[in-house]
Amino acid sequence: MQLVVALAAHVLVALVVGLTGRRLGRHVLLLAALAPAIAFGIAVSATPAVLDGEVVRMSADWVPGMGLTVDLALDAFGLLFWWIIAGVGVLIMLYAWRYFEDRDDLGRFAALLVTFAGAMLLLTSADDVYALFVAWEITSITSYLLIGFNDRDTAARASALQALLVTGGGGLALLGGLVLVSQGAGTSSLSGILAAAPTGGVVEAGLVLVLLGAMTKSAQVPFHFWLPGAMSAPTPVSAYLHSATMVKAGIYLLARFGPAFAPSVDWWTTTLVVVGGSTMLLGGWRALRETDLKALLAFGTVSQLGFIVLLVGHGDPEMVFAGVAVLLAHSLFKATLFMSVGVVDHAAHTRDVRRLQGIGRIMPVTAVAATLAAASMAGVIPLFGFVSKEAALYAAYHLDAGKLVVLGLITAGSVLTAAYAIRFVRGAFLNKPDDELRGDAVDPADVHAPDRLFELPGALLTVLTVVFALVLAPIDEVVALAAGSLVEGGDGFHLELWHGLGIPLYLSTGILVLGAILWRWQSLAAPLFRLSERVPEARSAYRGGLRGLFELADRTVAIVQPGSLPIYLGVILMTLVILPGTVLLRGVPIEIEEFASSPLQAAVAAGIVAAAIGTAVVRKRLSTVLLLGGVGFGVAVLFVLHGAPDLALTQLLIDTLSIGIFVLVLRKLPENFTAPAFRLGNGVRIVISLAVGGLVTIMALAVTTVRTGAGSADQFLARALPEGGGKNVVNVILTDFRALDTLGEVTVLAVAAVGVLSMVRATRQDDDGSEVEPGTDTPGDGEDAAEPAEVAS
Amino acid sequence: MRPRPSTVLDTVLDGILRTALLFSFFLLFAGHNAPGGGFVGGLTAAAVLVLRYAADGSEGVDRLVPYSENLFLGGGVVIATLVGLGGFVWADAFLGSAKVEQSVGVLGKLKATSALPFDIGVYFVVVGLVLAILRALGRDADADEERAAAGGGA
Repeated sequence: MQLVVALAAHVLVALVVGLTGRRLGRHVLLLAALAPAIAFGIAVSATPAVLDGEVVRMSADWVPGMGLTVDLALDAFGLLFWWIIAGVGVLIMLYAWRYFEDRDDLGRFAALLVTFAGAMLLLTSADDVYALFVAWEITSITSYLLIGFNDRDTAARASALQALLVTGGGGLALLGGLVLVSQGAGTSSLSGILAAAPTGGVVEAGLVLVLLGAMTKSAQVPFHFWLPGAMSAPTPVSAYLHSATMVKAGIYLLARFGPAFAPSVDWWTTTLVVVGGSTMLLGGWRALRETDLKALLAFGTVSQLGFIVLLVGHGDPEMVFAGVAVLLAHSLFKATLFMSVGVVDHAAHTRDVRRLQGIGRIMPVTAVAATLAAASMAGVIPLFGFVSKEAALYAAYHLDAGKLVVLGLITAGSVLTAAYAIRFVRGAFLNKPDDELRGDAVDPADVHAPDRLFELPGALLTVLTVVFALVLAPIDEVVALAAGSLVEGGDGFHLELWHGLGIPLYLSTGILVLGAILWRWQSLAAPLFRLSERVPEARSAYRGGLRGLFELADRTVAIVQPGSLPIYLGVILMTLVILPGTVLLRGVPIEIEEFASSPLQAAVAAGIVAAAIGTAVVRKRLSTVLLLGGVGFGVAVLFVLHGAPDLALTQLLIDTLSIGIFVLVLRKLPENFTAPAFRLGNGVRIVISLAVGGLVTIMALAVTTVRTGAGSADQFLARALPEGGGKNVVNVILTDFRALDTLGEVTVLAVAAVGVLSMVRATRQDDDGSEVEPGTDTPGDGEDAAEPAEVAS
Repeated sequence: MRPRPSTVLDTVLDGILRTALLFSFFLLFAGHNAPGGGFVGGLTAAAVLVLRYAADGSEGVDRLVPYSENLFLGGGVVIATLVGLGGFVWADAFLGSAKVEQSVGVLGKLKATSALPFDIGVYFVVVGLVLAILRALGRDADADEERAAAGGGA
């Protein structure tokens, strides 16, 4: 139950902050912090039970007809995520409260952030894969909107779209994968699927798709490029979504699937070691080159995500255990680092390492916090990052197969990590010789000290980084249980601050030394960097693909949309004739019971036919419209003769209105039809119209003849009054029996109207030389606008 | 602003419009038991708008309905959807129906079903649609004519 309270709190708070944002200014973010605070409280209160091995569950019907339920289940691993999402969430809201100036759209920002947090909580506690998928998609969409939050910035919009296309495409793959895998397992329950761990070709195809989804979300090579692009987002978003939480959704999924499927699927472990390892190396390598602090951290995040994927995806219990520890450590230090960049950016108005120097003295709290966080990232004792990295090295060291490869990958990646950690701290806070600075470097004397509250959230997380390492026992228990809930035997390991001398400790020390050397003499590696820059980037493949897609679309449109109405109509009508027509030609019984039930009917029908022929023959536009109206009125009379006043009334009104609206358009057109630019030829026109007329006639006759059942009419007649409470059966059908159809039609009508309207207004704008602001209704003032000559005559 | 304002048309319209509008309400409310309903009622009201437009152009329409067409389009869909959601409350299913009967003393019995508010939503959408067409195409045409008139006068 408390799980639902947490989720409902997010929905509610998102609504409230969205509505009150304009009035509260930036203080709306304090209100927004309420949602993660509630979730955090609930996570804390659930902790004792979960640590006793319980799983907090609840279940509700979602779409009973499709057998979909929302099952929530929070085990130790999910709980760890809840701690991170809610805990970091509260701090991020506080941080954002000081980050932003007062502006009108902070309500939207806060609402999106809260919605995102709620979706993440759902994602990590859903026991139904489809509920998980929905949450997954919500995080993609909120991420898109948050990256593009500064929507006047073209670069931000492009980055947002790029992130959406990559993660959204991955989401599609994930959906397909989940369908295949859950079909194979015979259940859509996540725990059920993992317990069954189905095998077979179809399931493996599904696993490939799930893997693709997770790789896009967690920015794994070759899909990593969207994450550095996402740095166009405001810094609180980068710290929250793009380092601490959302990018870990893929890891969450891999951590669930890895241990279950790694034993039975032979390619799983190898693939993830390759993907995670190469991501770890590539991210670290690129982070060494970036001069923008945020981009540096973004590539660092890519690298760390690769590290975690390598660990949790591997499936070996000790590796998974280490992966959980690294995941927690990363959330603590990376969020702090991002927040410190925001502080630096605010104070110095730049994030470029070539322009920053010596500002650490001005913001000692942030400088110390960020330095400790970076040290934790690099794996310096006695910080939590060190503890988790030790665990990873031990896990790799204890592996039976591929031990050297995994150990080598982790070591190489960590050397890069240590190097860019040094680069970050020095680039952001320390003094540098002049030859590393650009001419427009910021003078530390011009930098003002940041607001204490602004520095606080990052500092708090750093305190945890230190405390967790020194007081290991409780955290050790949580991490072990989380790993235990993922994989059998995952809880049999322990985090240690001091393992004693051994290969892993030598490696840890070696990593730091090598990292420092790499950083100090990275200029020697310049040829290597230049070489690596020649390697085509994944991003250019994305751009090329996108451009190709647009071109394909352009060419297709050029062929299928030549802009000629006669051709469109001709194609549509001929399709109608050919597809059902061929079926009808195969023989359908047709009986004509009676030709007409009264002479009056025949007379009206003759009138209709005459008017129809007139419509096609007459040369004046207005006469055509009137004759067409005549056809409609004639049909209305037929309805009356058949005793269908409702239909007749509707037909009459529709035709009246049609004439009125036609007249509006006709005022802009010449009086007579002119020769069309494209001649379809009268012969072709006649053939098409005869074919369509013939088909409709035959169909009408066939439909009445081939009916075998009683039809729904009697049933509707019988049920209208007792169940629908109305004597007018037509209306009862529309508003009760088939109300869903009506609702759909009404919605389509409204949407189409709005769409057509905006198109009409857009073209008018072009005509008038853009004097009309979008959204306003002011007519063009007619004095100065040059008008096409057609009307003036 | 319109060329050739017609006194006869204006006078006749003043009488017809109110009657027609009232009739459209009648169709809307009677619809469940007699010919009519939200769609037909909405079309009748729309015919009123077209008449108004024929007499006074888009200014006349604006005076008659000083609200944005989007309010009608969106409002109609919202009303219909809310009725649908209400179905969860009174019938345990989306768009489930409900009946209310209330005696009003000497006037007799008042009976209503959830179909009525649903029909009101439909009514609004239809009115909004025609309003939108008149505003988009009509105002455009008006502007052209004024332009043509101004050009001819100069």
